[in-house]
Amino acid sequence: MSPRPGFVLEVDRSTPPTLFWHGEGFRFEQLPAGSRVVYPPESLDGLADPDAAIRHALEHPVGDSAPLSALLRPGMRLTIAFDDVSLPLPPMRRPDMRQRVVEAVLDAAAAAGVDDVVLIAALALHRRMTDDELRQALGDRVFDAFAPHGLLLQHDAEDPDALVHLGLTDKGEDVEINRRAAESDLLVYVNINLSAMDGGHKSVATGLASYRSLKHHHNVRTLQHSRSLMDRHHSEMHSSNWRMGRLIKNAGVKIFQIESTLNLDMFPSQFGFLQKREWEWSLADRAGFHSTRLALDHTPPRLARQIFQSMLSPYAPTSVQAGEVEAVHDLTLENLHRQQLVAVEGQTDILTMGLPYLCPYNVNSIMNPLLVACLGLGYFFNLYRGRPLVREGGVCIISHPTPWAFNPVHHPSYIDFFEQVLADTTDMFEIEQRYEQKFATDPWYIHLYRTSYAYHGVHPLYMWYWCAHALDYLGGVIIVGGDRAAVRRMGFKPASTLADALEMAEDVVGRGPSITHLHAPPLLVADVS
Amino acid sequence: MRALLVERLVHRFAAARVAALVAGSGSGIGIGPLRLGEIERPSLPGPDWHRVAPLLSGICGSDLATLDGESSHFFEDIVTFPFVPGHEIVGVLADGPETGARVVVEPVLSCVVRGIEPLCPSCAAGRTGACERIAFGAIRPGLQTGYCADTGGGWSDELVAHKTQLHLVPDTMSDEAAVMVEPTACAIHAALAGQVVPGERIVVLGAGTLGLCTIAALRCHTLPATLLAVAKYKVQRHFAAEFGADDVVGPSELGRAVRRMTGTLALARTGAAIDRLAGGADTVFDCVGSSRSIAEALEVVRPGGRIVLVGMPGVVRVDLAPLWQREVALCGAYAYGTESLPDGPRRTFALAFELVGTAHLEQLVSAHYPLDRYEEAVRHAANAGRRGSVKVVFDLRREDPAWRRAAEVAAPKRRVPREKKKLETSA
Repeated sequence: MSPRPGFVLEVDRSTPPTLFWHGEGFRFEQLPAGSRVVYPPESLDGLADPDAAIRHALEHPVGDSAPLSALLRPGMRLTIAFDDVSLPLPPMRRPDMRQRVVEAVLDAAAAAGVDDVVLIAALALHRRMTDDELRQALGDRVFDAFAPHGLLLQHDAEDPDALVHLGLTDKGEDVEINRRAAESDLLVYVNINLSAMDGGHKSVATGLASYRSLKHHHNVRTLQHSRSLMDRHHSEMHSSNWRMGRLIKNAGVKIFQIESTLNLDMFPSQFGFLQKREWEWSLADRAGFHSTRLALDHTPPRLARQIFQSMLSPYAPTSVQAGEVEAVHDLTLENLHRQQLVAVEGQTDILTMGLPYLCPYNVNSIMNPLLVACLGLGYFFNLYRGRPLVREGGVCIISHPTPWAFNPVHHPSYIDFFEQVLADTTDMFEIEQRYEQKFATDPWYIHLYRTSYAYHGVHPLYMWYWCAHALDYLGGVIIVGGDRAAVRRMGFKPASTLADALEMAEDVVGRGPSITHLHAPPLLVADVS
Repeated sequence: MRALLVERLVHRFAAARVAALVAGSGSGIGIGPLRLGEIERPSLPGPDWHRVAPLLSGICGSDLATLDGESSHFFEDIVTFPFVPGHEIVGVLADGPETGARVVVEPVLSCVVRGIEPLCPSCAAGRTGACERIAFGAIRPGLQTGYCADTGGGWSDELVAHKTQLHLVPDTMSDEAAVMVEPTACAIHAALAGQVVPGERIVVLGAGTLGLCTIAALRCHTLPATLLAVAKYKVQRHFAAEFGADDVVGPSELGRAVRRMTGTLALARTGAAIDRLAGGADTVFDCVGSSRSIAEALEVVRPGGRIVLVGMPGVVRVDLAPLWQREVALCGAYAYGTESLPDGPRRTFALAFELVGTAHLEQLVSAHYPLDRYEEAVRHAANAGRRGSVKVVFDLRREDPAWRRAAEVAAPKRRVPREKKKLETSA
């Protein structure tokens, strides 16, 4: 039986309570009759032989590209860049798709007699990966072959000697990327495309860029006009990346792009209930859910975080395509939409969502309040094509504990941003004008980014900008079950229960509102008509 | 007359200290050295002395330290028991031709007050707060009114003060504003002692009365690039911002806040949790005076920077290695005298009268108590921030001392055009 597509349920009196993610836990909420619940499609079957599919893709590229083997020759400089720890989520059981692809590329390089090979984690302004995380992504063989020889690098956006300025786009945007990547005879970029936002020209133009370059698309105006981030044709952020990508290509940088998509098997079998619709839960699913919830109720938050962060997903690849960047990405989007797209009729007054413990920026870390905002309003709000799930002026209700807690190693500048900047103002334009330079150039943040495991100083501002479209569009944001001080610091309203939140939302949208719940993760993209 | 009196009863000081250690400042008031009683009016030590009937008299941090039995033994030789506390005083003259005129008492008992001639070098230089003769002369030892058995203090119906200690209060100034003049003078002296160079980045630790007045003084008399205040309680944060702090943070945020203010690097054993700053603030004003606050000041001051001790310290235990290795200057700022300003020397009290008016420091007076509720008053003062207050004062305006009745009989309608009159204040 083929997997069922996504589904929009209309809640009636017989509908069981709906599961809401709530950080390292869950809430079971009875939505009012008439509410809608948008469920993701069922997981597609994975590729029967991923390694064979990868080899096939490398030798049968799409777009204006020769097969990989034809691009490799002895004496050339080959650089393989790959997505960092922010993908996939949760981290994938070994072998990670990057490991499979990188091993295949290295096999081809070895067969062609290529000796000068360097691997680069495309961090952009993200934190450096630990050795364990690199091993998880690339496998022990690759790590042991490259890391000890200094051939496994992590992109350093603050090393002036390791950057090269390739020029300005026709919109005056600086394009400055990793020198080794730019000056190689061939740059192979290995993507994992968990969402439609990833990949395409964004891979190199963002992943291997400097702040000087990134600030042209990671800014309030651009992100306010990225509608949505999952729809590159209506995203200013992507348009900027595409302009930069074309400049990179015209500057002579030869890129061989490899993108792969995954199915929706995000959670291991003991959390199988998370992959199902509540009314279809088996006895085992019910027992699993209730025992999990009971256990979590009695688990200290720190331990619960460790348990969830150690979870590895059983993702399976559904496609792999290689070749010229734009052609590859078009194919990737088709495959992603095949898995994630759900048709939804009409918008809603109130959009509800339960946020999990994890977003791209807190792998092995704490989901701090800024990341809650970013995941809810930057990512989940943008999980649409066409129109947002919620109408303009509507209300977004987010369920998450939103603790006032930060990982000081990973997010040092976040703490300062939260303590200082948001205490002063939540206005993005004002923040951008008054604080961005200071955070971006602070020598301590730069030092920690380069030598420790810290996100770049400007990163918390980007997290806030990521909410630009949602905050410009929505009439209000309410967080259920969050730390009240943390919620208020961001300018949102706290509520103890969903019922309270719905009542508060009526003050904004009026009596008898329509309600839609985004039942994710697993991820979906709402195709709103 | 009625007065609150501190007697030299060692067991009571010990009991208060134990209570303060166990249950916090002010909790030993009932078993400590302070008692309310009827005492003789103090005698006039000489012809230039006047009787003053307090209207309002503040409870200062140094008073609390005394009542908690935590004051340094250093003071033993420069106070005389029994003494009536209270050195933040606005009162009315109770004798002489200007009876009924409101005055603020400048409490330092310097050479002139003590009838000592020639003046000591400090007094001769106008630095009366640093007088070298505070245990000599016509009156018994006592660094200030409120610590000398011969003068009395503000927590009573009457005290005596030398004419050079008296500053007439303008009619336009409220009693609440006037009682803030003395702590404000301390703050101005401290702010100027910091020798802040324009463009420096400075920190004020503590936002009680003295800390808040110091913020106002720094904003008025110096030009720092950034003034960061550390305040524990909501009311303190509010006033710190109102009086001119650019940023106000909680005690736990200090290191991180100074780091981001200065952009300095930091040392972090755990990756990024700040253990120590590489640089730091140019000047730190410690308006608390505890071991912890001095240690914090040392943590956030830059190498070659300056720490000004504004709050009264006692016996403290501090690691001075950073002071040595980073060549930090540590200086005290006590009381007031004459300040050197670009446009010439000014008496600190004159500057304080101006600042209280322009910064509206009278708003810091949060609670008034009659003398007979002194235990409640002291507990309130000891927990002022937590209770949403700043300055707690004794209000003696509702008392009806004998002198007032006598003065009203003698000159019931007399009013003095005070704004035109000035008492001599030069040393």
